[in-house]
Amino acid sequence: MSILVNKNTNVLVQGITGKEGSFHTQKCIEYGTKVIAGVTPFKGKTSFNDSVPVYNTIVEAKKEHRIDATMIFVPAGFAASGIIEAIEAEIPLIVCITEGIPVMDMLNVKAALNCSKSIMIGPNCPGIITADECKIGIMPGFIHKKGGVGVLSRSGTLTYEAVNQLTKAGLGETTCIGIGGDPIIGSPFITFLKKFEEDPETKAVVMIGEIGGTAEEEASEFVKNNMKKPVIGFIAGKTAPAGKRMGHAGAIISGGKGTASEKLKTLEKNGIHIADNPSVIAETAKKALNLF
Amino acid sequence: MDIHEYQAKELLNNHSIKTLRSILCHNGEETYRAYQTLAAPVVAVKAQVHAGGRGKGGGVKIAKSADEAKSIAEKMIGMNLITAQTGKEGKLVRKVLVEEGAEIIKEYYLSLTIDRKNAGVAFVLSAEGGTEIEEVSKNNPEKILTMSIKPLNGLKSFHILEMALFLGIEKSLYSEFSNLINLLYGAFIKEDMSMLEINPLILTSSNIFIPLDAKIILDDNASFRHPYFNDFIDEDEEEPLEVKAKSVGLNYIKLDGNVGCMVNGAGLAMATMDTIKEFGATPANFLDVGGTADAKRVETAFNILLSDKNVKGIFINIFGGIVKCDMVAEGVVTAAKNIGLKLPVVVRLEGTNADIAAKIIENSGMNFVSAISLADGATKISNIVNS
Repeated sequence: MSILVNKNTNVLVQGITGKEGSFHTQKCIEYGTKVIAGVTPFKGKTSFNDSVPVYNTIVEAKKEHRIDATMIFVPAGFAASGIIEAIEAEIPLIVCITEGIPVMDMLNVKAALNCSKSIMIGPNCPGIITADECKIGIMPGFIHKKGGVGVLSRSGTLTYEAVNQLTKAGLGETTCIGIGGDPIIGSPFITFLKKFEEDPETKAVVMIGEIGGTAEEEASEFVKNNMKKPVIGFIAGKTAPAGKRMGHAGAIISGGKGTASEKLKTLEKNGIHIADNPSVIAETAKKALNLF
Repeated sequence: MDIHEYQAKELLNNHSIKTLRSILCHNGEETYRAYQTLAAPVVAVKAQVHAGGRGKGGGVKIAKSADEAKSIAEKMIGMNLITAQTGKEGKLVRKVLVEEGAEIIKEYYLSLTIDRKNAGVAFVLSAEGGTEIEEVSKNNPEKILTMSIKPLNGLKSFHILEMALFLGIEKSLYSEFSNLINLLYGAFIKEDMSMLEINPLILTSSNIFIPLDAKIILDDNASFRHPYFNDFIDEDEEEPLEVKAKSVGLNYIKLDGNVGCMVNGAGLAMATMDTIKEFGATPANFLDVGGTADAKRVETAFNILLSDKNVKGIFINIFGGIVKCDMVAEGVVTAAKNIGLKLPVVVRLEGTNADIAAKIIENSGMNFVSAISLADGATKISNIVNS
């Protein structure tokens, strides 16, 4: 078991012929992901690497295939249209890797998502991976190993750091999701915490947050009220100055709100096991699972 | 991206939002002529810098004659304006906005921001204008109204009515107020703003609402559909190293410590800074070299780190990911040799071929130390800079 994706997930790639899209599609296929079709405007009736059929639109692709998930590499200026195309095609899981989508576009996407049954991950994220089964995204597959910890994060490489520690500590992972580093993202931590709580194989969840917004605080309220499984938390940005955007569009302390210390206080109060620094994430997980 | 008050007002004017007549000046002489051109008995001379709280810092002054305006401008231009938002080093004033005066009946606070929680646009209003809104929010939160507009539903009359009732705006002024709110909301959406703050919004003796000040932050990501964003960039207002980094696709933010950091990925970069602090040293910067840390980018990154004279040692923390670590290690060594780097460097490379990479680092003949984990690296660099 795992959440959202597994070895049977049929994946579509939007923007499959672009530089990033083609590179990472190949990596996903090598990992074992069932990439069944791709979409690039005006490239219909061709194929990707002589194996994956390419269509002009999702509607065309849907006539030929059952699509469970889509991975989006469409450039930022067109990404919102690509996401809404996927929503209108009723694709259950939408994973948008694209970085740099304007916030106004994401407000519209969010409104469209709220009226749909689709779940969206990202944008500006590494994607989702179920260890040894299905990788939809740009994360390095080799660091992941099947195990019992679910991972949620607003970051990219910091997630790899956590996963690497969990794997080396022998804990392994069920599913890892980068929810995205933008101010407005498809789904908050809570959407996935709910699924991890229901997944029998997931024994604990690592939640990696950062400065900016209040997503971690809201997630911790949910954990307190609805979860029995231990949740381990880390917040990046204790040393970040106010008013500066720390790389991610969403990582900014504004008007004294969204600081790491404020978040950590709320998380701790709500029973999250805090990793004081990123090098002790796996150690904290072990302690939370009473494996010491 | 931040823009100046005069640019913000230009944007508002483009959306039919009236502001007071004003002229941008670069020296005393221009200011003297501006006073005469405006032909107003009283003008305000306002320092144009990317920071709020200018009034308290001496960046806004009133003049009642051309000579007075000139003398104020001459003192203001070239001064280092220190406000609550500039930090202790302040900001050099290079230009001033000379604006006609107005008879103020009432001051309000009004801002629009992105409401991250509700995925909407939030209006924040208060009848306590002209003061610091953070203070009002702390001491009298009941005097602030926050109203989130859902993009699908849009801004409707009932929203505006609620705002007007909260602010105590009379019926006779309602249509004027409603018109302004609609125009502001339209401008906010149309121009891809992240923030629009008007403090104060004034009601003049001729019963007109006018933004006396305007602070706008534009969403950089939307610059592809607003070519004018580029014309609004004022590199004088930015940290020169940050500008240089940006031009080569690096993300750099200068801080106060002495450990130069080079990391791939924004989250890991922040986490690395935190870890350095946890282990007893202080980070000199945030630097994200991006997903592909090749020799060329690393070389530019080194040069940027070295421009900061406080840096006593460098910590490189790269999570290899898709790129192999030995390739990154070779890039780091080549870059360091190219620029003749002398400072001690702790290198932690994780991912495929991390062991080969560690050997390349140890055998480089440079002042390099290899680390096996984030904690190991942070300990080593802290020991080096603290000894």
